[in-house]
Amino acid sequence: MRTDWTIYVSFLGAGLIMLLPRNAKNLIRWVALLTGVTGLGIALQNYIAYNGWIAANQPLKDGFWHLANAAWIPSLGARYHLAVDGLNFPLVLLNGIVCVTGILFSWNIEERVKEFFAFFLTLIAGVYGVFMAMDLFLLFVFYELAIVPKYFIIAIWGSTRKEYGAMKLVLYSFVGSAAVFIGILAAFFAGGGQTFDMLELARNPIAREAQVWVFPLIFGGFAVLAGMWPFHTWAPTGHVAAPTAASMLLAGVVMKLGSYGCLRAAMLLFPSGLVHWHWCIAWLGVIGILYGAAVALVQKDFKFIIGYSSVSHMGFVLLGLATLNRDGMSGAVLQMFSHGIVASLLFAVVGRMVYDRTHTRQLDELGGLSKTLPFACVTFVIAGAASMGMPGFSGFVAEIQVLIGAFKMSPWLAAAAALSIAVTAAYILNALHKVFYNDEQAPAATHRLPRITVPEVVAAVMLMVALVVIGLYPSAMLDMIQANVDIFLKGMP
Amino acid sequence: MSVGYFQIFRALSSETTLVLVALGVLTLDLVAGRKREMAKRREIAGAAALFGLAVSALPLIWQMGLADVPLPGATLVVNPLTIIFKFALIALAALTVLISVDHDIGAHVGEYFAMLLFGAIGMLLLVSSEELLTIFVALELTSISLYILTAFHKNSLRSQEAALKYFLFGAISSAFLLFGLSYVYGLTGATNLRDIGMALAGKGADPLLAVGLLCVLVGLGFKVAMVPFHLWAPDAYEGAPTPVTAFIATGSKVASFFVLVKVLMVGFAGAVGSASWCGWQSGWAMVLGVTAAASMLLGNFAAIVQHNVKRLLAYSSIAHAGYILIGFVAATATGATAVLFYVIVYALTNLGAFGVVAALAPRAGGNEMKRFSGMAKRAPFLSLLMLVFILSLAGIPPLGGFFGKFYLFAAAVECDSQHFGLLWLVALGIVMSVVSLYYYLVLMKHIYVLPAKDDSRIKTPGYVNAALALCAVGVVVLGVFPERILALLKTLVIRL
Repeated sequence: MRTDWTIYVSFLGAGLIMLLPRNAKNLIRWVALLTGVTGLGIALQNYIAYNGWIAANQPLKDGFWHLANAAWIPSLGARYHLAVDGLNFPLVLLNGIVCVTGILFSWNIEERVKEFFAFFLTLIAGVYGVFMAMDLFLLFVFYELAIVPKYFIIAIWGSTRKEYGAMKLVLYSFVGSAAVFIGILAAFFAGGGQTFDMLELARNPIAREAQVWVFPLIFGGFAVLAGMWPFHTWAPTGHVAAPTAASMLLAGVVMKLGSYGCLRAAMLLFPSGLVHWHWCIAWLGVIGILYGAAVALVQKDFKFIIGYSSVSHMGFVLLGLATLNRDGMSGAVLQMFSHGIVASLLFAVVGRMVYDRTHTRQLDELGGLSKTLPFACVTFVIAGAASMGMPGFSGFVAEIQVLIGAFKMSPWLAAAAALSIAVTAAYILNALHKVFYNDEQAPAATHRLPRITVPEVVAAVMLMVALVVIGLYPSAMLDMIQANVDIFLKGMP
Repeated sequence: MSVGYFQIFRALSSETTLVLVALGVLTLDLVAGRKREMAKRREIAGAAALFGLAVSALPLIWQMGLADVPLPGATLVVNPLTIIFKFALIALAALTVLISVDHDIGAHVGEYFAMLLFGAIGMLLLVSSEELLTIFVALELTSISLYILTAFHKNSLRSQEAALKYFLFGAISSAFLLFGLSYVYGLTGATNLRDIGMALAGKGADPLLAVGLLCVLVGLGFKVAMVPFHLWAPDAYEGAPTPVTAFIATGSKVASFFVLVKVLMVGFAGAVGSASWCGWQSGWAMVLGVTAAASMLLGNFAAIVQHNVKRLLAYSSIAHAGYILIGFVAATATGATAVLFYVIVYALTNLGAFGVVAALAPRAGGNEMKRFSGMAKRAPFLSLLMLVFILSLAGIPPLGGFFGKFYLFAAAVECDSQHFGLLWLVALGIVMSVVSLYYYLVLMKHIYVLPAKDDSRIKTPGYVNAALALCAVGVVVLGVFPERILALLKTLVIRL
C-alpha cells in the first residue's frame, strides 16, 4: 500500500472506534493498536523501499515520490497533492512509531477509552497528512485538523492544571496558524493567485520584497509550535498537563509539525526571505537551546525538566535549519526524528512508569526507584544518554551535524550551542540521581510499586531500538535527507 | 412585453403553495387538533407543514424552464441563483419545523406553524425580487412573522421583552429603510435595481445619494445584525423559543444577505467606495468595512463573557455578520460568491447549533452553559454534532465554516493583490477567529470535559437527531467538497 494510506487507515480506525460500544474497552484498545501498527507497517515498508530506491540512485520526479495528485478545489487552485521525499519520510516513520508506542503507553487509561483513542487517532491522521501534504492549502487543513484533538486529550485526560495548559496550547497554536494563514494568502496572491501547489510555488518564487515580510509570518507561525524561544511558553505547561501519550505526541510529533512547517512551507518556498532572516533564526535557536537547558536545570518537577529539555533540543532543529549548509540542515531533520523518539521515551518514563505509580513528580518526593522499578531506570538511562548526545545514539549524530553546520556559519554559534551539552548532562544526571538512586532519602511510598507491564516494556524497547539503529547506522536516514537538502541548496539564490 | 397570468403564477408557484399550506395547517389544527394533547397536535401540524414545504419545492424544478425571464419591472425574478436560494430557504424552514415539533411552543400550535410558513414565504419573495417595493413588502412580511414568533412563549416575560425589543428596533429600521428608498427613488426615478444602477452610474458623489444609501444600510444592517444595529439580537435570540431563534439566525439572515448583495452590487454598483488601507473612498464598501471590523470586535469580545449558550451564539452570529461583510467590502464577483457560499454554510451550521440547544436545553433544565456540563456522557450523539457545528463556526477544517472563511478572506485579499489594501480587515478577521476559538472551546469544555451533576441519559426523538445529523453532514460535505457549489455560484453571480 502506498504511504498515504497511513492517513486513511488512521481515520478509518478513529471512525471504527466511534462505532464500538463504549464498554468494550479492550476491544477498543486492540482496534486502536491494530490501526497504529498498520500505519507503522505501511510507513516502514515504504520507507525501506524508498531507502533502497535512493541507494540505487533511481530517478525521482522533482525529488519526490508522488502519492496522490488530483484537483481538489480548482476555483481556488488547491490540489490534493501528497508526496514523500527525504525530508518528510523520517517524520512519517516517526509518527508511526510514536503512534504505536503512545497507544501501548495508554493501555492503562480506563476513563472514556473510546473517546480517547478516537481523538488520538484523529490527531495521528492529521499529523500524517501534514507531513505528506505538498499543497499549501492542504497542509494548512491537516495542520489545523491536528490541533483540536489535542485540546480534548489534554483537558479530559490530563493532570496538573489541565484546562489551563490545554487552552494555552491551543490558543498559542492558533495564534501561530493565524500568522501562517495571513502569510499563505499573501504568498498565494503575490504569486499570481493560480495555485497552492508547493512545487509550483517553489519553482516561481515571489518577488524578493514580498518574501522578506511573508517569510517571517509563515516561519514564525509554525515556529510557535516548534517551541522557538520566545514563543515556547506553551510547551512546558502543555507537556506537564498532558496525559503520557499526549505529552509523547506533543513533544515527539506535534513540535515537529512546527519545525517541519518552517522547513517546508517557509524555507523551501521563500529562499530570499530565508537568506534575509537566517541569522536571526539561528540566534533565536541558540537562545532557545541555552534557555531551555538552563531552566531545566533548576526545575523541581520531573516532567517540567523534560518539558524544558524539549525546548532546548528543538532549538538545535531551528539552529540547524538556519545554517543553510548541508551538514546543519540534514542534522536538523535528523534531530527532528531523534528528538521525537528521545522525548517520547523520556515522557513515557516520567508520566507512565513513574507518575502513574507514585502519583508525584516532585524530585524531592522521589528516590530509590532503581530498586523498585529497575526497568524504568534502565530506560531512563538510555533515553538520558541519547538526550545528552552520547555517541551510539541518534541524538549524537544529529547534534554533531548541527554543530558542524553551525561552526561553518559562525564559530560563536557553535560554541554557544555546544555549551548546552554540558548543561544537559547536568540536569539529566541530577534527575537520574534524585529519582532513581539517592536511596537513603527514598520516601516509604516508593518502596512497593506495581510492576512494569508488558505493553510498557514492548513500547519502550521499540523506542530504544529506533534510537540505537539510527545511532549506529545513521546513513539509513541521513542519505535520503542529504539527497533532498542538496536539491534545496542547489536552488538557493 | 406582455406577460400572461400563467407566467406570473409559475414564478410565484412556491409562494402560492405555501400560502395555501399555511392556511391549511391553521384549519387542520383547528379541526383535528383542539381535542388532542399538545405533542400530538404539534406532530400533526408539523407533518402537514413539512409536507407543504416539500410540495412547494416541486414547482422550483418546474421554474427552471422559466429561467432568466424577468417579469415586468423585475418585481419577480426567476433565475438559477434564486432557485438555489429558494431551495436552501425551504430546506431551512423544513429543518426548523422538525426541531419545533419537539419543542414546547405553547397552546397555539396551528398559528405557530402558519407563522413559520408566512415567514418563509416572505423570505422566498425577498430572494426573488429585484424591485424596491417588493423587497420592502417581503422584508416586512418576514419580519412581522418573526416578531410574532418571538413572542410565542406567552408566559415568559423574557420572550415578551425580546419580541417587543425586536419589534421596536425592527419598526424603526424599516422606517429608515423606507426613507432611504424614497430618496433613491427621488434621485433616479426608478424602483428597479438595474435601472437604479444605470441611473447612478457615473453620477459621482451626491449628498442625497449618501443619505439614501446610509438609510438603506441602516435598514438592512438591522436585519443582518451588524454592529451598531445589533442591540436587539442577543435579547431576541435569548428570549425567543429556540427553534424560532434558529429560524431568525438562519433563514432571515440568508434572505437578508442575499438581498443585500443584490441591492449593493446591482443597485448601488456606482457607489462602491473603498475601505483599502491607503485609499479610503466614501461609499458603501467603506461603511461596511468599518461595521465589519466593529462587528467582529464587539461580537467576539462580548461572546467571551456570556454564560448563556443562546446569548453566546447570538454574539457569535454578530461576529459572523462581520466576517461575511468582508466579502462585501471586497466588492467583486468573488466577494459576492464568497458571501453567498458562507451564508449557506453559516445557516446550516447555526441551525444545527441552535437545534442541538433546542433539543437539549429543556431536558437539561436551561440554556445556561453549566447545564450542558457532561453532556457528552448524557447525549453523546448530539454532543458530537454540536462539536461539528461549533468547530465549523470556529473555522476548523475540514468543515464548511473553515472553507467559507478562507474564501471570504481570500476574496478580500484578491481584490487588491497589488497593495493588499484590505489585509488589515483580513488580519483582524483571522485574529478574531482565534479569539472566537476561546469561547467556543469553553462551551465544548462544558460539554466534553466537565463532569455532569446528574448522569442520566437524555433521549431525544429520532427525527430531531436525523434533522441535525443532516445539517452536520451538510457542513462536512460543504467543507470537503466545496468545488461544485462554489463553481456554480461563481458562474451565476457573474451574471448578476
